[in-house]
Parts: sequence; structure tokens; C-alpha cells
Amino acid sequence: MQLAFFIEVLAGGLLAGVMYALVALGFVLIYKASGVFNFAQGAMVFFAALTYVSLAERGWNLWLALVVTLVVMIVLGVATERIVLRPLVNQPQITLFMATIGLTFVLEGLSQLIWGSQPHGLELGIPDVPMEWLSQKWNINISQFDLFAAFVAGVLVAVLGVFFQKTRIGRALRAVADDHQAALAVGIPLQHIWAIVWAVAGFVALVAGLMWGVRNGVQFALTFVALKALPVLLIGGFESIPGAILGGLIIGATEKLAEVYVGPMVGGGIESWFAYVVALLFLLVRPEGLFGEKHIDRV
Amino acid sequence: MLYREAGQFKSSYAEDQQIFPIRQDRIGIALLLVVAFAVVPLVGNQYWLGALITPFLIFALAALGLNILTGYAGQLSLGTAAFMAVGAFMAYNFVLRMPWLGVIPSFILAGLCAAAVGIVFGLPSLRIKGFYLAVATLACQFFVLWALQKFGWFTNYSSSGVVTAQRIEIFGYAFVTPAQKYLLTLVIVAVMALAAKNLMRSETGRAFMAVRDMDVAASVIGIPMMKTKLLAFAISSFYCGVAGALHAFCYLGTVEPEAYSLDLSFRILFMVIIGGAGSILGSFLGAAFITLFPIFLNLASGWLHVVTGIEISHATLSNLELIIFGGLIIFFLIVEPAGLARLWQITKEKLRLWPFPH
Amino acid sequence: MEEVLLEVRGVSLAFGGVRALTEVSFDVRSHEVRAIIGPNGAGKSSLLNVLNGVYHPQQGTIRFGAREFRDMDPHRAAALGIARTFQNIALFKGMTVLDNIMTGRNLKMRCNFLQQALWLGPARREELRHRRAAEEIIDFLEIQHIRRTPVGRLPYGLQKRVELGRALAAEPRLLLLDEPMAGMNLEEKRDMCRFVLDVNDQFGTAIVLIEHDMGVVMDISDRVVVLDYGRKIADDVPDQIKKSQAVIDAYLGVAH
Repeated sequence: MQLAFFIEVLAGGLLAGVMYALVALGFVLIYKASGVFNFAQGAMVFFAALTYVSLAERGWNLWLALVVTLVVMIVLGVATERIVLRPLVNQPQITLFMATIGLTFVLEGLSQLIWGSQPHGLELGIPDVPMEWLSQKWNINISQFDLFAAFVAGVLVAVLGVFFQKTRIGRALRAVADDHQAALAVGIPLQHIWAIVWAVAGFVALVAGLMWGVRNGVQFALTFVALKALPVLLIGGFESIPGAILGGLIIGATEKLAEVYVGPMVGGGIESWFAYVVALLFLLVRPEGLFGEKHIDRV
Repeated sequence: MLYREAGQFKSSYAEDQQIFPIRQDRIGIALLLVVAFAVVPLVGNQYWLGALITPFLIFALAALGLNILTGYAGQLSLGTAAFMAVGAFMAYNFVLRMPWLGVIPSFILAGLCAAAVGIVFGLPSLRIKGFYLAVATLACQFFVLWALQKFGWFTNYSSSGVVTAQRIEIFGYAFVTPAQKYLLTLVIVAVMALAAKNLMRSETGRAFMAVRDMDVAASVIGIPMMKTKLLAFAISSFYCGVAGALHAFCYLGTVEPEAYSLDLSFRILFMVIIGGAGSILGSFLGAAFITLFPIFLNLASGWLHVVTGIEISHATLSNLELIIFGGLIIFFLIVEPAGLARLWQITKEKLRLWPFPH
Repeated sequence: MEEVLLEVRGVSLAFGGVRALTEVSFDVRSHEVRAIIGPNGAGKSSLLNVLNGVYHPQQGTIRFGAREFRDMDPHRAAALGIARTFQNIALFKGMTVLDNIMTGRNLKMRCNFLQQALWLGPARREELRHRRAAEEIIDFLEIQHIRRTPVGRLPYGLQKRVELGRALAAEPRLLLLDEPMAGMNLEEKRDMCRFVLDVNDQFGTAIVLIEHDMGVVMDISDRVVVLDYGRKIADDVPDQIKKSQAVIDAYLGVAH
């Protein structure tokens, strides 16, 4: 029974980690392609989920609501590029980071201004119940929905990986992330690229928003999932898509295991900081994360 | 016409090194200090003192601390509120358990405790840089807050988790009214601001800026990396710790962990950005801006109601506040990334020429 | 015959599979001006980096003054009296010229941060004393008019001069200059040559410089080391170097 319970906790942790990775993916995309650490990713997740759920509750056809939300996120991405990023081309990274914090506030205020601030539930048709044959046979409870989310994340990662490595646009994105000015000099249309990237990140935010919305409900606290994704980024590296997944799995598993096995010893509540401390210790060994690009200071 | 330097020659390096080399600046600062110390407490509305000016001073001190770490030494930190919390809780505990110490030494000791925490959480900065470091400081923020709430010793096992800050008595003189608390805060903040200015224009400040600008070059010319970075964390956390103690004793009146959330860390970071990173004056300007902003917005909406009869609901107002605030941050970053301090410098330069255009 | 200040023996440096330096040996006498020349990629900057501890050689030793080192580190090099400038200018862009030069004095400053915060007598006096030293360098390099300008705003040639000033502020025994004349026009080069020679004359500092301009090298150096593909191929006075077939071949890219 101990083993079964352990597997259950571990599996739950790994799957929770996949959910974190979903959010982390949005960060990685934008950082990989524009060198910007987009703190507003959490707000984007919230905005996407809220828009979809509000439309759905008003009786819209679910697929239509999905498409419209996607369009909204794309428009948001393009607008962000025009209003926030374009004037800040070639500013140091920290300035861009601060700008995304400002963007976070704008999005948070805007979401609630338009759609109100009551919490909503979200249903996607897949129930959050344990897989029957697993619980019957081995007494291990693993949620169907968690598995579905893992599957979705897997597909997303595969698609994005191919996109970045194999396509021309993907290559251009990587060039832009390296050096804005050099990319401009080679004729890469910076503005279009950024608009594309932010739109894709918006799409990823929508997927993450839907998954998390089912899990936790669509409410303001959803913006805080971004904070959960940060330790994932620390471990996986800011520029790596496989790193986001691997980091997510590590964080999810260790956090869940610690919560169950270590938590009771110190009075509980360690989820607020445990992931961060794990990431911190990890960083001390590998300062750029598992797959992050090594930062070489040339003098 | 008024702001001319003509005739003000410096004949020694000592004169050149002054904090305010221009006579008009010296007069201006003297006037400001007179107003702050003598006029405001006598004339000031008690409510404004307690709800606006004292917290402005306290946040300015915390912004000063963060500026030293992030603006001067280039180490991005998102854990400012945690250091303030350490200062607040430890000040409470020192006054509680060692009352013979006195309030000011308790504050200083509380600051030192915050400095110790700062050094521990600053150790990663020796290996980690940039955003990775910023996210790592979040570990500090979350862990410290958890520890302060989890271990009852900090709140003297109070059942509600919230404790009242003690009465401030220094050499028998009590600091109870808002005006008295304001004066105490003013003195402490003024002294620490002066110390910070002295530090930043000495070798310590130069070492910090060297580490910020190009740390490899800094170590090549002999600046010790570890000592410098840890010193930055220590001094910065000390300032934030004292600010936290003041926050609990002279402003809130209670010591509560919720006051020192991630939200506050971000607010102070904004004060540094909007005010101007790497500038002592900037910390004050930024703190003023951020403290006054909600007041201003409230007044504006009240005025709007009076003039046009449009009523803005409370919820809408707070959402609008978020949007405008975020927009302002973006606006500032685009228009003047060096913040209000730089705008002030430009103003002074224009004033030098006034009324001539060039 | 001056005493030997610096002796490099059998230094080899490799980055993974790339051999940057192979068994390089030479010496530098006190008060001399030593040039290191060679085609691009010969390992000149790497050699300088080894000398002040930024790179660690896999083989070989360095003897400076009386002490022998396998591994130098930048901090120790600075403390021993080795200062350097960099090819790509490693100035602190956010600080003024005066402040940059003052950072060069950091190893000579004794007051701790508390004394500085309180601006007491000792801290004040120390700061003013070092200010005076920095001002002497500013006079020497003729950059008084830009002392309060943030370095990032200066043109390239002036930045190089400020970097030289920062190195001089440390009162070094050995000065390593990495392409100090790069990117300068004729006038600026003449000025820089004058400064380098004056430093050598007035302060007696030994100078090792990497330089591509042959005219400058022949004019101001006492002896020259020639590197090619990480190996030393000549080590002599400028007149002999000019005639050396090996050197001419290396520069003309004759296959070998």
C-alpha cells in the first residue's frame, strides 16, 4: 500500500508539473524569440481563460468561443508588440521586463473591467476523476483530466519544437532572440516576427488557461500560476522548450512529494516556497539551468 | 537667472566633492529641511501625516535600500518586502524580550538581522545573474514570509498571528501622536539617506557600480566580487529592515505578515524604476509618486463625479487604477527609462539657462 | 642589462581541441617596452589573458618579480602590480571618467564602508588623497575637460585613453595593453604613443603591448615577440624582426 500511495503521489506530482510546464512554455517562447522575460504571461493565461469562459457562459457555441478567444489573444499580441515593444527596441533586458510587469497590471485591470471579477467554473468535457482501471486494479488514483492535460502539453511541445527547429520562421525567431540589431541588419522583419511570437504565446496561454481553469476555476488567483512556472524556468533554462517540460516534471514531482512526506514534519504550507528553494539549489550547480544557454562574459 | 553657477569656483577637491556643490542647491535643501522638521509637524493635518507623509518616508527608505542593491550594484531583487518583514518582526521581538535595549538600538539590531538574512539569500548572486537571480530572490520572499508565520516565536505565540507594535519611548520621551512618529521617522530617514549618499560617492559606491556595469572587468582591476556583492545585499537589507521596523512601529501600529507580500516588493521596485535607478533622490521621487498615485486617482474620480455627475464604482476604480498604473510604468520606461531623477536633472539644466532658450 | 621582471616559461593553452598557445616562453625586463605581434588568431590576446589570470594555462609557469605561479588569478595579478587594458574596452559605462579612474585606485583604499558612510576624517582624507592621484593622471592624459562625462558617451579614442588612465591609476609595475591604438586615426595614434612612452619614461613601468601597426611597433618597442598559430617564431629587437624571413612568411601567409 505504501508503494501504491507513493506512485500515486509521484504521478500526481509529475502531472501537476506538466501543468506548470504548460505555463512555462509561454515564457520560453517569448524569451527564446525576443529576449524578453514576459512577466505578463500569467495575466495572459487569466485573460484568455476569462474571455473564453465568459463567452461560453453567455451561451456562445464552444468552438466559436474558442476561435474568438484565440483571435482576441492574437490581437492582444500584436497590440503589445506595437505599443510596448516597438518603442523599446534594443533597451536592456531589464527595461523590457519592467514593461511586462506594467503590462501585467494593464491586463489584470482590463480583464476584470470587461468581464467582472466573479470566479467561474470551467468544463471541457473530461471529468476530473481517477482512471477507473488503474484505481480498480492497483488502487492508484490518477485523474483522467491530468492525463489529458499531459497529452495536450506533449502535442504542443512537439509542434513548437518542430516549428522552431525546422521552419524558416523558427530560425528567424531564434536569430531575433540572439541580437535584435543584427537580425534587423540581415533583413528579418522584426515587428512581424514579434507579433507572430506574441500571438503564438497567446495561443499557448489560452491552452494553459483552459487546463488550469478546469483544475482551479477561472478566478483572479489564476494569475499566480505564473509564479509557479518560474522555478520551472530556473531549472529548465529560459530558452529551452524541452527544458520547460523536464523542469516542470522535476518541480511538480519534488513539490508534491515534499508536501506529502516532508510537510507534516514542519507544519505544512511549504508549497509556497519549496519549488523555489529546489530551483535555487539546482541553479547553484548549474547557473543557467539544465538547457539554458551559457552566458559567456567576453572582455 | 536664478539658477546660475557663475562666480562659484571650487578651489579644492574637498569643495568639488560636496554633495551639493551649487549654492542654490544648498539653499534649497536647507529650506526643505527647515520645512520638513519645523513647519510640517506644526502645521500638518494629523491625518495626512499619519496616512501619507510618514509612509512616504518609510517607503522612500525601503526604496533607497533596494536602489543600493539593484540600481547601484545591479543585482535584481524581488524580495524587498521579506527584508522589511524581518526588520518589523525582529524589532518587535527585541523590544519585547530585551526592553532595556531601547527602541533605537532595537531598530538597529533588527536591521542587522535583516542584513544577515540578506547575506544568506545574497550568496546565490555569486553564481547566478540577471533574471535567474531575480527569480531566486523570490525564494527568499516566500520562505521568509512562511517562516515568520509558521514559527510562533516571532509573534510571541499570539493566537491571531497579528501583534500590536509597542509604544515608542526614547529616554522617557514618548512618540505617540502622528506628528511625533513623523519626526522620529524623518530623523532616521534623513540620517540614513545621508549615510547612503556618502557611501555611494565613496569607493564602496564605485565598487557597486563597477560590478553592475561589467563585473569581469571589476574583478580584473582588483575589486573583490564576493565581498562587494554580499556587502551590497547586507547594506540594502539593513535599510529595508529598518524601514520595516518603522513601518510597523510608526505607520501600521501592528506587525502583520500580510503587509509584506510580494505585492509590496513590486511596489518598491516600481518606486526605484520610476524614481530612477542608481539615484538617492530618485528613491524619494519614486516613493512620492507611488504613494500619491492612488490618492490622486481618488481625487480625480471625485472631481469627475462633481463636475459631470458620473459615478465610478469602487471596483471599476480599482481596475482603472491597475490599468493606468501599468500604463504609466510602460510610458515611463519608453519616455525616460532613467526615471524622475533624470527628469529632475534635465529640469535643472534647463533652469541654468532660464530665461534664455539655449 | 636590466633585471627580468616577468618570465613566461613553456606556457600552453588549449580550449577544448583548439590550441591557442603552444610552449610559449619569453621574458620582459623592468622598464622595457615589449611588443607582441603576429597575424590574426595567433594567440596574442590569449597570452595577455594568461598573464593576468583570466585564462589558466594547462602547462607552463609564470614568474613575476620573485614569485613563480602556475595559476594566476585576476585579483592577485592586480594586487601584484599588473594592470591591463582590453581590446574591446572594459570601462564601466555608467560611471564618469573620474569615477572610472578612481576605481583603479581601489586596491590602495583602506577605509571600510562604515567609515565611508559616516564620512569621518580618515575616509574623507583618503578619498581626497586618491582624488589628487587620479587628477594627476587626468592631467597627464589631457582629459580634464571630460572628467565628469559618463564614459558611455565618449568617442572610441577617448574611451581608450580613459581605460589607460584607469590602468595607470593602480601604479602598476607591469602594464599590459591590448591593441591600444586600434581604431584610431593618425593624430590619436601619435598621442597614444606619446602617452605610452611617457608612462615608460616617467613612471618606469614595463609595458607589454599587442599592436598591429608596424610603424608604431618598430618605433616604440625595445624588443618584439612574434607569435603565429600559438607558437613563438621570433624574439628580438625590432630591426632584426623586420628582416626575419620567418616573420615575413607568417604575415604573408606562406604555407607551413
